[in-house]
Amino acid sequence: MEYVNPLTGFRVDGRRPNEMRQLKGEVGVVARADGSALFEMGNTRVIAAVYGPREVQNKGQQVNSKDALVRCEYRMADFSTGDRRRKPKGDRRSTEISLVIRQTMEASILTHLMPRSQIDIFVQVLQADGGTRAACINAATLALADAGIPMRDIVTSCSADLNYIEDSAGGPDVTVGFLTKMDKVTLLQMDAKLPMDTFETVMDLAIEGCKAIANYIREVLLENTRRLECQRDH
Amino acid sequence: MDHHQRWHPTVNEREFIERALQSDLRVDGRRPFDFRRLKILFGREDGSAEVQLGDTRVMGYATAQLVQPYKDRPNEGTLAIFTEFSPMADPAFEPGRPGESAIELGRVVDRGLRESRAVDMESLCVVAGKHVWSVRVDLHILDNGGNLIDAANIAALAALSTFRRPECTVGGEDGQQVTVHDPEVRDPLPLTIHHLPIAVTFAYFGEGNIMVIDPTYKEEAVMGGRMTATINSNGDVCSIQKAGGEGVMSSVIMQCLRIASVKAADITSKIKNEVNSYTSAKALQKVKRLPASALKKDNAPDVAMKESSDGALETQSTKPSSDGQQINKEPPSVVEDNKQEDVEPMLSECNPEPQSESRLTAGGSDETQEAISPKSLKDAVKPKHKIKKKQHSKINV
Repeated sequence: MEYVNPLTGFRVDGRRPNEMRQLKGEVGVVARADGSALFEMGNTRVIAAVYGPREVQNKGQQVNSKDALVRCEYRMADFSTGDRRRKPKGDRRSTEISLVIRQTMEASILTHLMPRSQIDIFVQVLQADGGTRAACINAATLALADAGIPMRDIVTSCSADLNYIEDSAGGPDVTVGFLTKMDKVTLLQMDAKLPMDTFETVMDLAIEGCKAIANYIREVLLENTRRLECQRDH
Repeated sequence: MDHHQRWHPTVNEREFIERALQSDLRVDGRRPFDFRRLKILFGREDGSAEVQLGDTRVMGYATAQLVQPYKDRPNEGTLAIFTEFSPMADPAFEPGRPGESAIELGRVVDRGLRESRAVDMESLCVVAGKHVWSVRVDLHILDNGGNLIDAANIAALAALSTFRRPECTVGGEDGQQVTVHDPEVRDPLPLTIHHLPIAVTFAYFGEGNIMVIDPTYKEEAVMGGRMTATINSNGDVCSIQKAGGEGVMSSVIMQCLRIASVKAADITSKIKNEVNSYTSAKALQKVKRLPASALKKDNAPDVAMKESSDGALETQSTKPSSDGQQINKEPPSVVEDNKQEDVEPMLSECNPEPQSESRLTAGGSDETQEAISPKSLKDAVKPKHKIKKKQHSKINV
């Protein structure tokens, strides 16, 4: 299968090789939550809700009293993929993604400012079309910002596919979570065999994607703040 | 959450470890990019290995059974990794359902092996769409001394490298009948392993500026982030897992990958050496055992066959010393030869010592071998009624 048309240089869905999908971010979509967001990357659509900081519900889970406890639950809706079969709750994949999202968000949340409290992040995939992990992290960042939780930086995530750079079979996929201001990589996941220098190219491409998403997320948040300001004035 | 009972360093301990690391010192005296001592032990059975990496001990056990393949991959076998974090190894491990870290470990090892196509899956197919071999690797954590992922990955590789699956043939009227041959009749086959993906874990301290390889339990409790790079000896990156935590610059990541590829080459050769010495030791055991069965056989040897097969057998008996891997492929032909009633000739070739002496040793070792494995190779060689007779006589005594 060819991912990039050799004649036109466009991909199957009409994009250029290093063009990102259409982004859409919306803040405040869950009324009861302290912070919530909807994030779309092309056909991938994810909703995130944040509760907290609130009192630790299960004291046994508290790791130490100096930092806030961050919890995360990742769920994939049964209707999110083509085949509609009921997926068991807490399968290996979603448990791992929950862990990955939690640790990625922990890296940016200033947990030491909220001792003895807990922050819950719930992410739900409504529509899956590749890059769900990245979309979840972007949605979680937006929701955390909406909840007013102090963060040291905006974490954004983007995945890059080798197929779109070189026309090779297989589907090596690199997901990067990036702290934009600090210029540091917090999340990095990759499967499939790649030579080292090719990997570097793919990672750099994903980092570029992360930077672009960070700019977009800043715009969304700024727009939201302006709207809130307007509402207060009236 | 399975880490809430995990050991927590005191403020002093934490500071001590971090301060020491700032001047390139580690609590156990290693340099930042040194692995702990790696020891690989093999069990009596094929496909079992125990890895000791410092205080960390992980046992890997590979097994296989015939199953129906997945619908989207009708001509490929399957490989699955299962992890068992026993509460014996660490008070933080709870009995019952696998915790987050157990799942992460299993997924990292699984991805490293599977997505890089390290084990050839198509060779595990017996009848497309009907029967394929499903290989299962169980990883048991026996002691948690830190860096479980690397140790578990090596255990899985060692177990898979020594694993042998029973040979099976397809026949019958419809050509769909699968016969699984007893390991005693036809020698089991090894898996086809293209390359060994080695997991190398880095721990980051401070603000991602300090990094060490192969963190211990104490260093894991202090570290800010972790990255596991799975790399083979050719320098191909097979998988990377950095699940959040302290951020690091992308240049540091590339530096880590280069270090990891050097370490991966070391560990690959270590695993290969250990596996080779295990397989050659195993093969030698087999060759030694054959004389006993042959000499006890009452049938007159086929002299003509002996003459003709001499040349071929000469090469067979010299091969084992040169290549360990080769030996295990030879025995099937040996056993098949035996079935054609020319056991004697080849055995006399294999055993260069005088016949009278070997007869004596054979008599002595016969008993012990019988006790260890009642169904040994020679049972396969012997006619059925003889085996029965022997069992009867044992009961009477």
